Amino acid sequence: MHESSLINISLFILFLPLLGFVITLLLGKKVKSIYIFENLIIIITFLSSVYLLFSKLSYFRTEKINAELEWFGFNNIINGTTLSINLGFMIDNITAIMLFVVALISMLVHLYSIEYMKGDERYNRYFAYLGIFTFSMNGIVLTNNILMMYIFWELVGLSSYLLIGFWFEKKTAADAGKKAFIVNRIGDIGMFAGILILFFTYNTFSFDKIFSSIGSGILPFNSDFWLTITGVLLFCGAIGKSAQFPLHVWLPDAMEGPTPVSALIHAATMVAAGVYLVVRIFGLLTADAMLFIGIIGMLSAFIPATIALTQNDIKKVLAYSTVSQLGYMIMALGIGAYQFAFFHLVTHAFFKAALFLGSGSVIHAMHHEQDIQKMGGLRKKMPLTYWTFIISSLAISGIPLTSGFLSKDGIIASSLAFSDLTGHYLFPIFSLVVAFLTAFYMFRLIIITFHGKPKDEHKFEHAHESPFLMVMPLVVLATLSIFIWYTPNPINSEQGWFLSKWIEKPVLHTPDKTRFDFMKMGNIESNLSHSYIESEVYKEAMHHSHLSAMILSGLVAVLGIFLAFTVYQWKKIDADKIAKSINPLYKFSFNKWYFDEIYNKTFVALTIGLSRVLAWFDNKIIDGIVNGSAFLTKHFSFFIGNFDKYVIDGIVNFTAYFNGFAGLIVRRIQTGKVQSYLALVIFSIVILLFIFK
Amino acid sequence: MTVGLTHFLIVSTLLFSMGLYAIITRKNAIMVLMGIELILNSANINFVAFSRFGNFGYSGQLVALFVIVLAAAEAAIALAIVLNIYKNLSTVNVDEIDNLRD
Amino acid sequence: MINFPILSLITFLPILGMLIILFIPKRQALFIKTFTIIITGIQLALAIFLLSNYNFNLAGINDIKSFQFVEKFRWIEIDGFAWLGKIKIDYFLGVDGLSVPMILLTTIITFIASISSWTIDKSIKGYFLMFLLLDTGMIGVFVALDFFLFYIFWELMLLPMYFLIGIWGGPRREYAAIKFFLYTLFGSVLILLVMIGLYFSSMETLADGTRVFTFNMLEMMNPTNYTQNGILSPLNPANLRFIAFIGLFIGFAIKIPMFPFHTWLPDAHVEAPTAISVILAGVLLKMGTYGILRISYPIFPDITKDLLWWIALFGAINIIYGAFCAMAQKDFKKLIAYSSVSHMGYVMLGMAALNTLGISGAILQMFNHGTITAMLFLLVGVIYDRAHLRDIDGFGGLGKQMPIYTGFVTIAFFAAIGLPGLSGFISEALVFLGGFGNESIRILAIVSTLGILLGAGYMLWTLQRVFLGTLPDKWKELTDLDAREYIMFIPLVIIIIFLGVYPSPMLNLMNSSVNTIVDLVEKSNEILKSIGSL
Repeated sequence: MHESSLINISLFILFLPLLGFVITLLLGKKVKSIYIFENLIIIITFLSSVYLLFSKLSYFRTEKINAELEWFGFNNIINGTTLSINLGFMIDNITAIMLFVVALISMLVHLYSIEYMKGDERYNRYFAYLGIFTFSMNGIVLTNNILMMYIFWELVGLSSYLLIGFWFEKKTAADAGKKAFIVNRIGDIGMFAGILILFFTYNTFSFDKIFSSIGSGILPFNSDFWLTITGVLLFCGAIGKSAQFPLHVWLPDAMEGPTPVSALIHAATMVAAGVYLVVRIFGLLTADAMLFIGIIGMLSAFIPATIALTQNDIKKVLAYSTVSQLGYMIMALGIGAYQFAFFHLVTHAFFKAALFLGSGSVIHAMHHEQDIQKMGGLRKKMPLTYWTFIISSLAISGIPLTSGFLSKDGIIASSLAFSDLTGHYLFPIFSLVVAFLTAFYMFRLIIITFHGKPKDEHKFEHAHESPFLMVMPLVVLATLSIFIWYTPNPINSEQGWFLSKWIEKPVLHTPDKTRFDFMKMGNIESNLSHSYIESEVYKEAMHHSHLSAMILSGLVAVLGIFLAFTVYQWKKIDADKIAKSINPLYKFSFNKWYFDEIYNKTFVALTIGLSRVLAWFDNKIIDGIVNGSAFLTKHFSFFIGNFDKYVIDGIVNFTAYFNGFAGLIVRRIQTGKVQSYLALVIFSIVILLFIFK
Repeated sequence: MTVGLTHFLIVSTLLFSMGLYAIITRKNAIMVLMGIELILNSANINFVAFSRFGNFGYSGQLVALFVIVLAAAEAAIALAIVLNIYKNLSTVNVDEIDNLRD
Repeated sequence: MINFPILSLITFLPILGMLIILFIPKRQALFIKTFTIIITGIQLALAIFLLSNYNFNLAGINDIKSFQFVEKFRWIEIDGFAWLGKIKIDYFLGVDGLSVPMILLTTIITFIASISSWTIDKSIKGYFLMFLLLDTGMIGVFVALDFFLFYIFWELMLLPMYFLIGIWGGPRREYAAIKFFLYTLFGSVLILLVMIGLYFSSMETLADGTRVFTFNMLEMMNPTNYTQNGILSPLNPANLRFIAFIGLFIGFAIKIPMFPFHTWLPDAHVEAPTAISVILAGVLLKMGTYGILRISYPIFPDITKDLLWWIALFGAINIIYGAFCAMAQKDFKKLIAYSSVSHMGYVMLGMAALNTLGISGAILQMFNHGTITAMLFLLVGVIYDRAHLRDIDGFGGLGKQMPIYTGFVTIAFFAAIGLPGLSGFISEALVFLGGFGNESIRILAIVSTLGILLGAGYMLWTLQRVFLGTLPDKWKELTDLDAREYIMFIPLVIIIIFLGVYPSPMLNLMNSSVNTIVDLVEKSNEILKSIGSL
């Protein structure tokens, strides 16, 4: 087995979905069954990614495989320098796992959509769009440089735009697609600025080369501050893509897209790309940048969790829960829990995809009804959906024996350790509060949807369990939410293969003085040239807090679930009464903290207003000056024209007129009578004779 | 008293004046032509007189002969013109023939 | 190597076609149309042939030896005319890495515009005569290396444009045509003045050793040719080079069009027939920036270097101001006209960066903007032909009625907002990389990135208002693209995608020329010192 075969297989994985996209799009109108081709493509892609993961982990587990080719370049003949812009792959274990996750969920969503989208008038086009999404997402995962990351970053933005607005006849869907793209672009501008700084400083886009330059002490503008700024700017891309506060507003709206799309793009994979980006640039983050990232993550975990409590749209609840969980991962990265962040990314991808596909199953059964207040009692009608939903909800709530428990517990333990080491005690508090809220709103959702009595009898009568192709992905994903895939020990993930063998330990390249104290070189255990942040101190603190974290997180999760049952199942507490008693808070949450309203009233209004003002300025002032000068010139020319006509030409005409007048007088002499001429001649001769005598 | 040059000149002057008067005043084109004849003849008298009293040989007489011949020719052409004018305009009154004015 | 005068052939082929069309009776409309398409097609083939014989390593710019396909001979020669002395003007054509992309662009756009002109139904003969004359003028500008000849072509292109807008345009065509004509003429006057000033400031040495004033651009770029007392000679302590640069710059900036000289553009675009809008946006706007790179930069390197920040400032204003104005437009065509203003700002920003990345980006952006905007105008033309309406709010839901058309629009829109994988992205990214690399304009480059966001804003908003949502009943009759329209769009789409995925050939083509320009301006102070003016 050679490294190049891995590169070949990843090329295959990257471009196969693109082929699927092109062919499905071009032939979609003519060949009705072309979607089967796209599905075959994705199955092959998935099998290839399994093969890639398998060979990577068995033959090249500790290696980083790089491959590059020049995309375009510049030669400067005069000073002899060359500059090449490269495209390339970097395959480490994270890449291989991520590829597997993307390909698996993408495949399941493809199969699920065969049933879910049946009868849609743009059926084939839908599959084509899924193809281009898979292509772009794989690009993000495989890249070894930040420019290529940006390129595919934008391309997933495009596919997200196309898929959110797939039912573009609905104005809300079209609006949501546009909003998603534009809000993402705001973050992307920050990311692009970060890329500009990196390229300007290091003349390369390659992660490895940038890291090694930072390691050897080259900093942007030679200052630590600018290294922090660069990290924060790059992170802006993640704020947009991973829907972090304050750019999280697009994700709930993105639920206008078909539900399988929400599962694939807006829950499991694309939105996790932001987390993946931070994982990739982790090596250049300074302590300040990490703290910034941590705080953004913490707020993004907390705010949507409070909103999710009161929402009634099944997909909106899940969307806010997604933002919240992504915030969790981002926060984990901010506090240095690199491995747990990626771990949570993977586990979350499975159980959140299961939840979304489950909600899709419910929506499908309820004839596109999304309001949970109109559901209820579906447990008996849809047992498989119900049980997979339960398992996934237990996972997201962090109940032991699930995958979610492992990753979440790790993050909470890290936050406790972090607060011990640095004194930032808000991180563990918020992570526990969010864990509690998560458990509560997830079971609120389950109880209202599946338990109790049906609210809409008519729809309930017609509800039925979904067909095989829709249930199978649910079962697969729910199975993947069990601990056993990641570790043999259901309460300690660190002993599992996933964390200890598969995910590489992070490497920090930043100068010593810009790091958190516990990450400094002095505390590094290893004598490798790489500088692991897994310092003894941090490890120690995590071991120390592990037990308390486990107890606390288990406790809040159970408490949350218990409370949900108390309120919604057993009705011991009247939810409406509570809502009334804290009405302002309830409204605040129900209206999503008024983010949309505020943004619409400020940024959007400002931009539109400014554009109107400038267009007016352009039309009236700038063009007014042009037209005004034309007007002035015209009137001045009229004046000159009249001057010319009456004065200059007047003189000319007067001369002519005068001569004419004189001629008129003189012509009287001309009688035409020969005799008078003769008399005149003689008279004149006589006069002349007198004069010249 | 001998007849001298002065007398010839007086006669010719009288003839000339009469001819001129005829040309300017007469309305009939024929009369005007006759005036011209008178003037030509006054000139002839002068030629002959100067030839006789001057030291010119017979040149004066010779020129006079030419003039007579020319006068004959001129009369013929002029009468033809007058005839044509009469044909076209039905008049020989020179006052009415003022087409030259335009 | 090619041993026939290919540049003259490309330039004057349309004139030849024009002469032939003159003798074709008016009623042979179909023949005239086909004939024009054939002529422009041959021209395109010649341009591709030229490209295939072009040596990528030669730089051009200020050195006649590295220009290719040069044609040079005496054109006008007057010995001793009053105090002017000898007048010698060359017929001097040649191409380098700066002009070849533009020739390629012009021939592609003209070819497609000639296909798009198929729908013209008013005095067809006159239209195609003017069209071909315009073609000659455009190519001429890009191949002329003698300033006098350049100026002639520059003016030659004005006249047919005036008639094409003024006769075949929309309801306010007279106003737009006159505005366009006068505005451009105003710029031309400035160019003419500077040209004459330069003529009396530099002398070339003839083969027999005599020195005469020269219109030859390359001789004007040579600092050893400056006269002692020329009004624009750096050797003259009281020279007016600064003012001349500004004048020349404004002359070219009107064509770009640069804020605040841009207002002729929306009017001209809205009133012009589709094919002419396409040429206007695709080719004519590039002449401004081409002129600056071809003439202002190498002839006034010293002033250029001092004013880079201002060029970048106006570039940034163009980007942001144009984007805001575009956002507020209700007329589809006007929106795209303003987006042109915005996109040409990137060209100026890239030029001002004065490094390999920036200027490569600028030239690439000229090419890309040419193809993308041409496509956008063609697309607006398609809908206008069918619905006779350009009001953005008057449409909706066309995505359902005309899916293929919508697909092309989506590609063009996303190319315009710089989606990676499509050509606009590469050039914009290079412009920003270049701009950021130049310390003095770094802030402006960062501010200009706002243009990317605003671009996405107005383009997607338009896309939504026209193509998404529900379809009004009155547009249920609209038909999707026909074969002729496919022929127009597919080559453009191929170019847009190809250059987005693999820009290398285009960048290699201009690489050495770009380096030479950068070097020339960078080293201007040393050069001036060497001839003793500093």
